[in-house]
Amino acid sequence: MAVGKEIRNQISSIKSTQKITSAMEMVAASKMRKAQDRMQTTRPYAEKIRTVIGHIANANAEYRHKYMEERPSKRVGYIVISTDRGLCGGLNVNLFKRLAVEMRAKAKEGVEIDLCAIGQKGAMFFRNYGGNVVSALTHIGDAPSANDLIGAVKVMLDAYGEGRIDRLFLVNNRFVNTMTQTPEFTQLLPLKPVDKDEFKHHWDYLYEPDAKPLLDGLLTRFVESQVYQGVVENLACEQAARMIAMKSATDNAGDIIKDLQLAYNKARQAAITQEISEIVSGAAAV
Amino acid sequence: MGMSVHCDIVSAEDQIFSGLVEMVIATGSEGDLGIAPGHTPLLTRLKPGPVRIIRQGGEEEVFYVSGGFLEVQPNLVTVLADTAMRAEDMDEAAAEEAKRAAEKALANKTGEFEYSRAAVELAEAAARLRTIQHLRRKSG
Repeated sequence: MAVGKEIRNQISSIKSTQKITSAMEMVAASKMRKAQDRMQTTRPYAEKIRTVIGHIANANAEYRHKYMEERPSKRVGYIVISTDRGLCGGLNVNLFKRLAVEMRAKAKEGVEIDLCAIGQKGAMFFRNYGGNVVSALTHIGDAPSANDLIGAVKVMLDAYGEGRIDRLFLVNNRFVNTMTQTPEFTQLLPLKPVDKDEFKHHWDYLYEPDAKPLLDGLLTRFVESQVYQGVVENLACEQAARMIAMKSATDNAGDIIKDLQLAYNKARQAAITQEISEIVSGAAAV
Repeated sequence: MGMSVHCDIVSAEDQIFSGLVEMVIATGSEGDLGIAPGHTPLLTRLKPGPVRIIRQGGEEEVFYVSGGFLEVQPNLVTVLADTAMRAEDMDEAAAEEAKRAAEKALANKTGEFEYSRAAVELAEAAARLRTIQHLRRKSG
């Protein structure tokens, strides 16, 4: 029967789309579990090193490392962590929007901005949006190693060390739970001292060997570990956001199929009714 | 009850240990260090080697770290290890094997870069062995 051929075609095409989205949902769900595990195992290190760095920033050290010096900010750097692939809802867009607002505010104050984009989407967005992307790292994969990030981070650290940027921020999505991921800005450099009463008195560390090489190593490690944690966390966010996006896409496809099926049935019924009434009226005329 | 201090040992991959200890003994870049409760603030780099802790009550545990940092606050000791593992998990044969491979690599060095890498590998393998032998002595 020739009735509603277009509708039938449409239904079958939406059905195959639905198959893809539901497969992607399941893949994202299993990847999310792995990404979450990875995030949990690397979190203690990132937190502990942050505590240690907080102590160091409070010490009244003879040797002030340049990462601790507060300078007037004429130029700031952002390390933006985004995903490599799309189809993960508003995850990247929300992050970029927040950053764009921040960048406009900074531009009004006359502060210039350097960007380090980790992830394909960030690199692409800021190429179009207009931003001074000084370093980019894409295709980090599902299980990044800290070594992969060193190069991109070093560009920003060198820029800070040479005084080309006066502040360094990390911008990434924070994994709250499967349903919620929130954009987050963290100041990496200069180090922020924590306000605690126990540190009010004058004290300093014993350094073995010398303060300079020791702090150089430790502070570099600190920034790397924070960026690495950011990347791992962003990956968990990506999989969670993709899972939710694909779930709602699958549900939406189901709704559309239901509506189309209804329209198709109505059209078919109307055609049958019309045919019958034609036959009946034809018979009456004879 | 003796004096005790909180100690955290974390590596990039995992939280290894967290709890109260009476003493921490680690291999600093300038030599072995014993940290007792109330130690003055200290910051040092760690060499590959064993980190021994004496738990509250006198029980001893040994971990192997392949380098990292040690921070001491009067009431807190933090070990930021590059890779850490419980010494019980280590296999002596594997450590011996690694040492042999490193020595072999040192023997037929081809370039400056490979030499320095081989030296690092050898130091790590030797440190791992040291940890295991230390454990042996303790149990045997």
